[in-house]
Amino acid sequence: MVHSIAGVQMKTDQFVELLSGDAAPPRTLQSVLILAGAGGAASAAALFFAAIGFRPDIAEALGSPRFLFKFVITLSLAITACVAAARFGRPDGQMTRKAFLLVIAPALLLCSALVELFALPESQWMPHLVDHNARFCLTLIPLLAIGPLGCFLAALRHGAPSNPGLAGAIAGLAASGFAATLYAANCNDDSPLFVVTWYPMAIVLVSFAGYLIGRRVLRW
Amino acid sequence: MTAASKDADWTELMRAALAGDSGAYRQFLLAVTPYIRSVARKRCATYAADGEAEDVVQEVLLAIHLKRGTWDPSRSIGPWTGAIIRNKIIDAFRRRGRRRIDVPIEDVMDILPAAEQTSEISAREIDTLLGQLKLPQREIVRSISLDGRSVQQTAARLCMSEGAVRVSLHRALKTLGALYRRGTDED
Repeated sequence: MVHSIAGVQMKTDQFVELLSGDAAPPRTLQSVLILAGAGGAASAAALFFAAIGFRPDIAEALGSPRFLFKFVITLSLAITACVAAARFGRPDGQMTRKAFLLVIAPALLLCSALVELFALPESQWMPHLVDHNARFCLTLIPLLAIGPLGCFLAALRHGAPSNPGLAGAIAGLAASGFAATLYAANCNDDSPLFVVTWYPMAIVLVSFAGYLIGRRVLRW
Repeated sequence: MTAASKDADWTELMRAALAGDSGAYRQFLLAVTPYIRSVARKRCATYAADGEAEDVVQEVLLAIHLKRGTWDPSRSIGPWTGAIIRNKIIDAFRRRGRRRIDVPIEDVMDILPAAEQTSEISAREIDTLLGQLKLPQREIVRSISLDGRSVQQTAARLCMSEGAVRVSLHRALKTLGALYRRGTDED
């Protein structure tokens, strides 16, 4: 049932009095996002160590540049997407100037794939591209991304994105950056040809989920 | 006052507010209100009455209040304020049944304030929404706004601690934000 609080209508300066009665400084969006990053990393790591784990030959892999470069790509995705999330979570966040950040990880990935094409004989291309882990890649990355995505979306509810769907998609990118970093330590396909084929599919899946959820929950 | 000095003033006030100065916060809100009103009335002019514009003003003020944690204090506050106003005016009109409205991207600092003869106009929508709050919250809201009591006086009158009144007020305002949003989503 709807009551009138007084039968008298509120004037705007009375409303201002009400708002300034609640003047305790709020948490900043940045601090909430940092908490979400820590929570997301912890939840994904917990799942990783409980159910997935490092690949058996991790010690030798650490000497392989192909293995190590996977982390350059996934970590740069995680970092740039977190910065973008802080930006797009604000009402005045603009697509224009910081958008180049989000190009860094895909650019690194494409360059590494090009180099790989030159380094490998043509007969080796398809075996390196298809390999046996594709199915794991497409399931484990989204699975590992669930926790971080939840944390980032919850944090962005403290934000005020002008475009809620876009903010959700960027939360998805950040979450898949975390997930892909962990998955890369399990997967023994290190060829950039494998990475460039399968990782983006998983990441787009997570981002699209972020977009759909963001459109619903990030309105303010 | 020039646009630049106004922006600098508002930025200073909001910085002080976020550092815990509630007087500066009140001053900031009072300073921004005429500009929000000016934009709202321009949008309402062809569409509805003045009381409706005042509804929109209060909705924008509430959004500024609830989302002030998204302002980066190292930047000037003008663009942020403009973005909040634009977003909320679009929401407010969408809820009133207008599918698409164009809110031109104007710099809030270039708007002329509209404060003349409007101080007696009251808003109707907020009254309905506040009526949906639960009882202690509704009583606190009424005491501080309509009866003009301070948080301390309200606490004493309701035999509550000051902290409890502040927590309850904060929740009430968050609920109010959710009630506005629900109206927009249904549309």
